[in-house]
Amino acid sequence: MSEYNAMELMITVAARELKNGDSCGVGTGAPCAAAMLAQKTHAPDLLILFEAGGLSPELPEMPISVGDSRTFYKAAMAGSMSDAMEYCARGFVDYTFLGGAQIDRYGNLNSSVIGGHAKPKVRLPGSGGANDFASFCWKMMVMTPQDEKRFVEKLDFLTTPGWLDGGDSRERSGLPLGTGPYKIITNMAVMDFEPVSKRMRVISIHPGNEFSDVQRKCGFELLRAHKIVETKPPEPKELTILREQVDPYKVILGR
Amino acid sequence: MAEVIDQGIGELFSDPDPDRAREFFKGKSRKKVNKVMPLSDAIAKFVHDGDYLGIGGFGANRTPIAACHEIVRQGRKKMGFAGHTATHDMEILSAGEVYDRIDAAYIVGLEARGLSTCSRKYIESGKVKVTEWTNYALSLRLKAAAMGVPFLPTRNMMGTDTLRYSAAKTTICPYTWKKLVLMPALSPDVSVIHVHEADVYGNCRFKGIAVADLDLANASKRLIITTERLIPADEIKRDPGLTRIPYHLVDAVCEVPFGAYPGTMPYEYFSDEEHLKNWLAVEKDEESFKAFLNHNIYSCKDHTEYISKNGGMAKMQELRNKEFLLCKEGNS
Repeated sequence: MSEYNAMELMITVAARELKNGDSCGVGTGAPCAAAMLAQKTHAPDLLILFEAGGLSPELPEMPISVGDSRTFYKAAMAGSMSDAMEYCARGFVDYTFLGGAQIDRYGNLNSSVIGGHAKPKVRLPGSGGANDFASFCWKMMVMTPQDEKRFVEKLDFLTTPGWLDGGDSRERSGLPLGTGPYKIITNMAVMDFEPVSKRMRVISIHPGNEFSDVQRKCGFELLRAHKIVETKPPEPKELTILREQVDPYKVILGR
Repeated sequence: MAEVIDQGIGELFSDPDPDRAREFFKGKSRKKVNKVMPLSDAIAKFVHDGDYLGIGGFGANRTPIAACHEIVRQGRKKMGFAGHTATHDMEILSAGEVYDRIDAAYIVGLEARGLSTCSRKYIESGKVKVTEWTNYALSLRLKAAAMGVPFLPTRNMMGTDTLRYSAAKTTICPYTWKKLVLMPALSPDVSVIHVHEADVYGNCRFKGIAVADLDLANASKRLIITTERLIPADEIKRDPGLTRIPYHLVDAVCEVPFGAYPGTMPYEYFSDEEHLKNWLAVEKDEESFKAFLNHNIYSCKDHTEYISKNGGMAKMQELRNKEFLLCKEGNS
């Protein structure tokens, strides 16, 4: 078994979720690395969209911005933000990867403020395109390091919708039907959501961790799937492509 | 009348009334005249204290950075600002404390590069009124204004604090009985967009992604264009299908080569990551930042001087090579 770090594992696990012929709205950083790895391994026909308007580029290197020229390098189209978001709104986009400063048991995300809104302790960027992607894409995934400060009982601010208050609350909210959080990929485990309560549930644990470790690094009570499997570690071929072609300068892998 | 079933508590900073906007455009000149002027004159003439400001591009991509510097240099205050994918542009405007109210979709950060201490501190100070939106919400608000309607309906933001702290309203669709969020039209008083090519009348071409600039151009009451280069009007006429912003929307045309530096200008030059990183680092110390701003903005006559202080033509050449990925050619 080859050596790998937590970021390489997360990116590999995320990449495997993306099927050939699917479409995915991505941002910069780890999500982009996952989409690139999928394209260079099992999913050459993955349709990648960037919120600023880049559609189906052949990414020559990791973009620095979701609007820089790499995001429409040899692309099918250099469109607009409305173009990108309207493909999502219309139901064309299968996946999106998001992140945030805080996440709760229903997969809701905070990327706006820590503390109160009027005079916040820390002001963060806000939604950007996250709320849009999470509202419109069929399946929302999150890639994030896991700790009890990030996985919280209550968000300071609900920027981006997950399953809202759980149960059927998302459906009742008016958001497009059939959308919602799908998988949460952390440095320790993979979670999905229990179908009725919509609470976060551990389905796969990365090698070297126990359920109790995963629970300890989470500020709310996690559900356990009937059968929790061990996450399949990255294969040598995946690692080689990731290190040599996707992120040779270790912009993301070095984090 | 549509029934409002929910509404955000955020303040609406722009009048969504399409008839008042039409009155304004009724009086706006349609004359095809030479609009070329120095950037400093355009900012002095068309950007006023208290105005609501829109900035084109995407943060540090095809963004009119030279214009942001000039606005700060001329000391504009109390402006409204569309924080739509606002990154390095916001960092500059925050340094000048130019705005006191902001429509926040993406603010404070520079994406993968990190958060701006200066932008953060300014927002956290409580001196700025903040209304929340999303990137698509602000795109749609500009599109509504561009269409001459008071709002456009959408299906995002529901169930979130982003909606609660916005100025959007929720209603029920009279056809399908589904909930809809109504995004009020946003007509900036003045906007600046950076393009690749323009003629003296303001017919513009740009390459690559449009972001929200076509709607921004149409939504804005006054529009300043900064352009990498002026081109003959006959070149525009040769292939009018390439025109993305037509002259009648434009008030001023300013030729500013490398006007998006230190950001990226697609097919021209890539971003100066070293300089942007240095900017983020120096913000952490107030005294150093003051000196840095003085060196790079206040003491500069114009954008050319700023560029010459940061590597000049040799740097531009390097960034052009980077944009075209030339270092990768012949190495495989």
